[in-house]
Amino acid sequence: MCSYITEQPTLSGSAKGGAGWFRIQAASVYFDHPQHALDDHTLNVDLLGERPDQRLALELSAEAARALVTSIEAALAAGEASHLRSSGRS
Amino acid sequence: MYDGMLAETVQITGDGGDLIAAYLARPLAPGPLPGVVIAHHMPGWDEWTKEVARHFARNGYLALCPHLFHRDAPDASPDDAAAAARANGGAPDDRVMGDLGGAVATVRALTNSNGKVAVLGHCSGGRQAYLSACRLPIDAAVDCYGGGVIMPDENLSPAMPVAPIELTPQMQAPLLGLFGNEDRFPTAEQVDQIEETLKANGKTYEIHRYDGAGHAFFCTVRPSYRVEAALDGWERIFTFLGHHLAA
Repeated sequence: MCSYITEQPTLSGSAKGGAGWFRIQAASVYFDHPQHALDDHTLNVDLLGERPDQRLALELSAEAARALVTSIEAALAAGEASHLRSSGRS
Repeated sequence: MYDGMLAETVQITGDGGDLIAAYLARPLAPGPLPGVVIAHHMPGWDEWTKEVARHFARNGYLALCPHLFHRDAPDASPDDAAAAARANGGAPDDRVMGDLGGAVATVRALTNSNGKVAVLGHCSGGRQAYLSACRLPIDAAVDCYGGGVIMPDENLSPAMPVAPIELTPQMQAPLLGLFGNEDRFPTAEQVDQIEETLKANGKTYEIHRYDGAGHAFFCTVRPSYRVEAALDGWERIFTFLGHHLAA
């Protein structure tokens, strides 16, 4: 494919790429050609800062992307529950 | 036969008079020589596309590949510029036509040009080659698996407000189309529809389809590369351009 179908969430946080640490302002998430990964298509995530060289790029197979989503959800659920308990709010 | 060439990054005048980067590969020969402007694929103005330019030069063509994402990130690496272009909604069609038109004029102005220039592109560049055949004063166009020639209304955007297929009646350059039957963008059915539209409008065209090949079958640095389709495709490209770009 060579489509421009792109999810563009607004995010906050930090990332470290070739230009060092930067503040994340947005992201592009899309399933399309990779630059580097050896798959025809990959789930690509660009975490973007203010400048074009402030970019953290991920190119994941569909299977790897789903595994990462599951891991993120699990880490969030466990981590948030733990921190809420330790702060005495649960 | 002497096959020396000069290949270098230059600046050209693109859309709106802007200076943009471009990769120029040219035989060290007095000419007159035919020219080809290359619209890079969606991953950007990358090493593989520059290799395509050098392949044309080795075969006697003045080859120029403008950086169509230059303005999205002027000082960034080509892959970061491609990401910036995507984040911006894609390179606008009008801007791309201005940049490709500037590149065509640049090639024609070279002292060893024969005045004949084609636009060739892969992937999104194939779509832009189809658009160029409809909108630019060129002598031939080559669409290599360009997706988005046919666009449903929901895919139209301010950057890409018209589906190229709608401009087919205005096409003035002969078109060569090379497609893989396993491609999903465009599908084999869409390629049939493109051919029917070209035929119905009385255009000069050749369409070739390859079994066992999908999208990006020309791209030697990707697993999608299919050597038999690519070699046959190159042969057809040189035959087609040899005919239409003869002085």
